[in-house]
Amino acid sequence: MNEQIASATISARGLCRNFGNHAAVCEINLELKRGEVLGFLGPNGAGKTTTMRMLTGNLAPSAGSVEICGIDLLDRPRDAKARIGYLPETPPLYRELTVDEYLRLAARLHRVGNANLHSALAEAKQRCGLNDVGRRLIGSLSKGYQQRVGIAQAIIHNPDVVILDEPTVGLDPNQMREIRTLIRELGAERSVILSTHILPEVESVCDRVQIMHQGHMVFNDSIAGLKQRQTSLEEVFAQLTLDKESSGDIQPKSGSWTG
Amino acid sequence: MIFTIACKELKTLFASPLAWTLLALMQLVLAWVFLGRLDAFLEIQSQLVQIANPPGVTEIIVAPAFAMAAVVLLMATPLLTMRLIAEERRNHTMTFLISAPISMTDIVLGKFLGLMIFFCSVIVLVAVLSLSLLAGGTLDVGLLLSNVAGLLLICACFASLGLYISCLTAQPAIAAAGTLGALLGLWVVDIAVDDADSIMRNFSLLKHYESFNRGLIDTFDLAYFALFILTFLVLAIRRLDGERLRG
Repeated sequence: MNEQIASATISARGLCRNFGNHAAVCEINLELKRGEVLGFLGPNGAGKTTTMRMLTGNLAPSAGSVEICGIDLLDRPRDAKARIGYLPETPPLYRELTVDEYLRLAARLHRVGNANLHSALAEAKQRCGLNDVGRRLIGSLSKGYQQRVGIAQAIIHNPDVVILDEPTVGLDPNQMREIRTLIRELGAERSVILSTHILPEVESVCDRVQIMHQGHMVFNDSIAGLKQRQTSLEEVFAQLTLDKESSGDIQPKSGSWTG
Repeated sequence: MIFTIACKELKTLFASPLAWTLLALMQLVLAWVFLGRLDAFLEIQSQLVQIANPPGVTEIIVAPAFAMAAVVLLMATPLLTMRLIAEERRNHTMTFLISAPISMTDIVLGKFLGLMIFFCSVIVLVAVLSLSLLAGGTLDVGLLLSNVAGLLLICACFASLGLYISCLTAQPAIAAAGTLGALLGLWVVDIAVDDADSIMRNFSLLKHYESFNRGLIDTFDLAYFALFILTFLVLAIRRLDGERLRG
């Protein structure tokens, strides 16, 4: 039991978030071990981004707790946040800085010491394939490179948990493949939470998958478990998310989804 | 951490043409005022000699230049403070700062400090302009220092108010308009009041600056400035913290 707690890098219990009367996220539980990649799925508006904002300390939960490597995010936000790397949906880039300046700023803000700054910068650039563009202004880079700078910013301080919100949106197929390889590499030694709409991406990269729908966690299983039951992720996703929507406010489209 | 953020603010500020344009334009306006006053001084110099206790060159040239500098900075502040938080929000970079292991206090103070360093460069330029008078005579150093201190304090007031208003919105233009409105309001608040010792008079920002301008450092003015700066910085921190709670 103790061993299990020690190896859990991120654990969220009973996470809730209300915006006024609207419950955006309701009773989410989430646990991740080192070396695990979690695919975080759900239709638009399911509450994925809200959950991620809570996990990274950008939004305070209405109820529930988040622990990063055993450190409570609400009690000791500084220590906990130092162990998280976060790439939001829109990469938070300063267009007027060069890639090197920006990454150095990210490292300093995440308390990377002056002695390690150079090697951290070199490693992050190496991993994200940014060696050739270090001196270019971020604003002049293509979307793919900007996305990579966003990822580099999230991993430069060597965090235990990396949270990526739709990192492959707007990339060409080659760049997507590169980023997936990078995510798999990252997942080997830390925990990665990956939110995406691309189901094959989840099947190829992730170890486990959780599906959110209307603020609730409706599915939580490993990819291996899915394969064992010989169901595809797409089927599961459609079943869980279409079903409830049609029984809710939209006319049932077809009977085959119910049950 | 505060210094890291202040550094970043200065870097992004000076990477854009805005800072350089503002510095150049402010210097142009102030040099114009300065030269105008110098001309006036040279014209009346012969008459001044006949007065028993004539006003010196510092009073006639430097003080008006500093008074003008405060007005010019009041106009420039909204353009600078709108970038601080509102523009970060619009560019989605606020998440970058909030996700980092630093507190809201660090963010607010870092941004405030960054802006103050920029204002200091303006103040240094005005001071150097005044010091150029040493080429032809002597200056009242005490009066000059009191003016510098007053300008620094009133800049800090502008910056803290602008920073707070910048926290209220995600639209830089609204932040700028709001800051300009609030600062102008605080400037003219005493004009409508006829009564000399009406309490409204005490709220006017430039009224408190005037005594520094005359070389009078009053604890009442100091307390007013300190409270003003502190109030809006605390409000800004609370506002950002509250946003994390309310979403």
